[in-house]
Amino acid sequence: MRTAVIVFPGSNRERDMRLALGGSFGEDPVMVWHRDTDLPKADLIVLPGGFSYGDYLRAGAMAANSPILREVKARADAGVHVLGVCNGFQILTETGLLPGALMRNADLRFVCRDVHLKVERADTAFTGGFRAGDVLRCPVAHHDGNYFADAGTLDALEGEGRVAVRYCDETGAPTEAANPNGSQRNIAGIYNERLNVLGMMPHPEDAVHPLLGGLGGKPLFDGMAAGVGDAA
Amino acid sequence: MKAKVHVTLKNGVLDPQGKAVGHALQALGFDGVGDVRQGKYIEIDLADTDAGAAKARVEDMCQKLLANTVIENYAIEIE
Amino acid sequence: MDAQENHVTPDIIAGHGLTSEEYDKILEILGRAPNLTELGVFSVMWSEHCSYKSSKKWLKTLPTDGPRVICGPGENAGVVDIGDGLAAIFKMESHNHPSFIEPYQGAATGVGGILRDVFTMGARPVANMNALRFGDPRHPRTRHLVAGVVAGIGGYGNCVGVPTVGGETNFHTRYDGNILVNAMTVGIAEADGIFYSAATGTGNPVVYVGSKTGRDGIHGATMASAEFNEDSEEKRPTVQVGDPFTEKLLIEACLELMATGAIVAIQDMGAAGLTSSSFEMASKGGVGVELDLDQVPAREDGMTAYEFLLSESQERMLMVLKPGSEERARAIMEKWELDFAVVGHLTDTGRMVVRHHGEIAADLPIDPLALASPEYDRPWVPAPKQPILAADEVPEIAPPDALKTLMGCPDLASRRWIWEQYDHLIMGDTVQRPGGDAAVVRIQGANGAVTGKALAITTDVTPRYCLADPEEGAKQAVAEAWRNLTAVGATPLAVTDNMNFGNPEKPDIMGQFVGCVNGIRRACEALDFPVVSGNVSLYNETAGTAILPTPAIGAVGLLDRYDGSAGIAVRDEGLSLVLIGGTSGHLGQSLYLRELLNREEGAPPPVDLAAERRNGDLVRRLIAEGKVAACHDLSDGGLLVAAAEMALAGNTGVSIGVPDGVAAHAWLFGEDQARYLIAAGDAEAVLSAAESAGVTAAEIGNSGGDAVTVDGAPVALDDLRRIHESWLPGYMAGS
Repeated sequence: MRTAVIVFPGSNRERDMRLALGGSFGEDPVMVWHRDTDLPKADLIVLPGGFSYGDYLRAGAMAANSPILREVKARADAGVHVLGVCNGFQILTETGLLPGALMRNADLRFVCRDVHLKVERADTAFTGGFRAGDVLRCPVAHHDGNYFADAGTLDALEGEGRVAVRYCDETGAPTEAANPNGSQRNIAGIYNERLNVLGMMPHPEDAVHPLLGGLGGKPLFDGMAAGVGDAA
Repeated sequence: MKAKVHVTLKNGVLDPQGKAVGHALQALGFDGVGDVRQGKYIEIDLADTDAGAAKARVEDMCQKLLANTVIENYAIEIE
Repeated sequence: MDAQENHVTPDIIAGHGLTSEEYDKILEILGRAPNLTELGVFSVMWSEHCSYKSSKKWLKTLPTDGPRVICGPGENAGVVDIGDGLAAIFKMESHNHPSFIEPYQGAATGVGGILRDVFTMGARPVANMNALRFGDPRHPRTRHLVAGVVAGIGGYGNCVGVPTVGGETNFHTRYDGNILVNAMTVGIAEADGIFYSAATGTGNPVVYVGSKTGRDGIHGATMASAEFNEDSEEKRPTVQVGDPFTEKLLIEACLELMATGAIVAIQDMGAAGLTSSSFEMASKGGVGVELDLDQVPAREDGMTAYEFLLSESQERMLMVLKPGSEERARAIMEKWELDFAVVGHLTDTGRMVVRHHGEIAADLPIDPLALASPEYDRPWVPAPKQPILAADEVPEIAPPDALKTLMGCPDLASRRWIWEQYDHLIMGDTVQRPGGDAAVVRIQGANGAVTGKALAITTDVTPRYCLADPEEGAKQAVAEAWRNLTAVGATPLAVTDNMNFGNPEKPDIMGQFVGCVNGIRRACEALDFPVVSGNVSLYNETAGTAILPTPAIGAVGLLDRYDGSAGIAVRDEGLSLVLIGGTSGHLGQSLYLRELLNREEGAPPPVDLAAERRNGDLVRRLIAEGKVAACHDLSDGGLLVAAAEMALAGNTGVSIGVPDGVAAHAWLFGEDQARYLIAAGDAEAVLSAAESAGVTAAEIGNSGGDAVTVDGAPVALDDLRRIHESWLPGYMAGS
């Protein structure tokens, strides 16, 4: 199973992602520099966290217009699995691969802390390592993670089972106190219509080791290692 | 010529920065401050000589990069 | 150069902060009058900041060597051997004044500067820390300064992708007019791949990389002079603006270029920019330099030679390359979209010759400027000794009430509001997060491979102790840093010191400085804890009021196993609490005295360095042997505050009994040194190990329940948590 991580000049969680992917897929991902024109064949393409091109206009806006993203988009349209984490999620919304937008956190401050996430469904290529309703713990680290979409889009996401993970308390309740950034309906991650593209703000790649943030993110990577080869 | 682009959040999209600015203005004693909305202002020097063509190009820039039309509106002035 | 530039008046000399004696020395060195550009170069090279003219006599007395020291003070940062062919490179540096003027950018560029000091030497930065001092929370500017500094540190570090893993924050009215922002970076390099700043090789190209040069940060005093104000240009910014994205590119580009072997010498352009970096590189290598300012990438039109040489624009590096490697270097910089320019070459003249628009703008001898800078033996008077305050001179307050007040006071309340704005997890190596005694980060080897080891990092100083007794206070700062590293199980390696003081021309302030240097020296010698890098910030005074003497100590330790560190959290019931070290109940200068009785008086707790070493060595061994479930060093607030912090961190109650025959308030809240509180499953094993090591130790309580209980009187953990966690967020929200 082959994975690829797209590296922008301002990516900064690509190493964390490489270690997490390597740990579950048994093989290190191919690290693809943003200016490389041909994207190698991969079963999973990952857009890691960071500040892609400095994020000066809007987080992810310039990366979304980069040539490599046209490639990623074409692959996604062909059914290849794509995971965007944090800045990767912001890029995916900016490209239109995922609906909505990620705005400045409601309290305007950068937030780095552990959150609890409820896994809404376990029957996608990404979440086979979980059971529906599982609560996992992993960190967030962002300034612009406040998920916004209009009511119609939100209803469609809910109705089509496209909310992937939601901020919640330890028991799985999506409370206001558990929401670190003001995201609508506590949404932390969403799928596209075909369920082959997942974007999420939290960092499961920083929770794959018992002493370094715990193992909350590990089932995601194990589940992807088992699940993403099935499509495309 | 020069293009001046104002990017603002759409009505109905919560603007936490604007809200914070509004609170701060009230705290400083400025009475009668209503809604505050914060946006971006972008100046672009253009080689174009035709205002209409320039506006069309900047329109394209806004759609593709300068604004996120999911949450933002934009207004263009050409000088 | 035009006639006006040649005319240097007494006003201009004074405006550049040079004394008439210093100007006479310039005349002697040059054998002629300097032009304005040259005067500007002298003024920055001989400034306190660059020349250490008031402090170097004393700094020379610090121990800087040791078996693990690869490079001590004098380079961009200190280097220590950490085994496996790797080295830790670190330094702490102040950005006090800029942060007071513009807290966001001042703090951000402080982080940027210290990162560059570390990666300049070939290290990948792996952790940031910071030591912050703000004024009284009731002072009208304090909230704004806290918000800006914290956002600036986060804004820069988070984008660059280096975790900010901890630090310290204090409040005191003596910082009302001068806050302190001391930033520390730790990096990892291969021990045989360290880069230095000594320029060598006549004819070798001098190259400039990074951001373009603008008029940022040019000497404020000079800006006020008529020569630079008469045109009606937009007011020139004195505050530098940081660009963390460019810094990230610069890190990656420099590390990539270093790996090619093209670099002979490298230096970041920090304070005094191009001037300081080129003089230092040339002086260290014993060479001359010719620079052509027309080649320097400029952000603004019409910049003068003076401005090019003195600009403090950020994210810039100066390098000497091996001949013929320019194109390879250019390709790497272009890959990372950074400016690259060959701006000069090395000569054998021992002079710095600067050309601008085809004319010579400055022609200066290097060594006389760099090495013959003034050195002052400033007069000083020792600080008067304070009397030791006896416990019976201090009123007793019921322990639960005292504990609640202390846990919610500005200096002890939770800093979560601060460190949650810092990405402290990026790179995936953070073993011990902020909030404990020291941060612990796993060590990455070459190409990001994971080793089994970890670094422990801390910053410490208790300025109120240093004011009361500079020498004892500075000993305490070193001892507490050493203890903090020990408390997580690490072997302390070395120290970086950031000396923040008032005006050294005042004998009492100079006395504080001398006392603190003496204290650091004694402690570092006794603990085998060499000083490998440092920074001095003087003149932290406003309207005649100086800051508290603040010799901030940053320190790094090594753990052989990253999975063998101890934390402060008591997570299990039924553990025994063992107090390591002797308690006399020293309440002088304690937070109990200040926060509950509004008294800042008495001598600070004495530091017995032999006991520090004995007790610390025992604790480290117990942790390595797996006999310790949790460990906390005892400092501000004393024993009961430490116990409460351990209980809150693990969400498990603790119960403590005050021994017979001691004054309860002194025993619970005294700030005696060389002490640790340990939670252990097997108290007997700990006590017998202590006995054979000749260490005072006593079982004083156990864990369990949901309260902190003293002699049967409980304070519920939930109450304590609310008090502890609510002060800072409430304060920042304006309530």
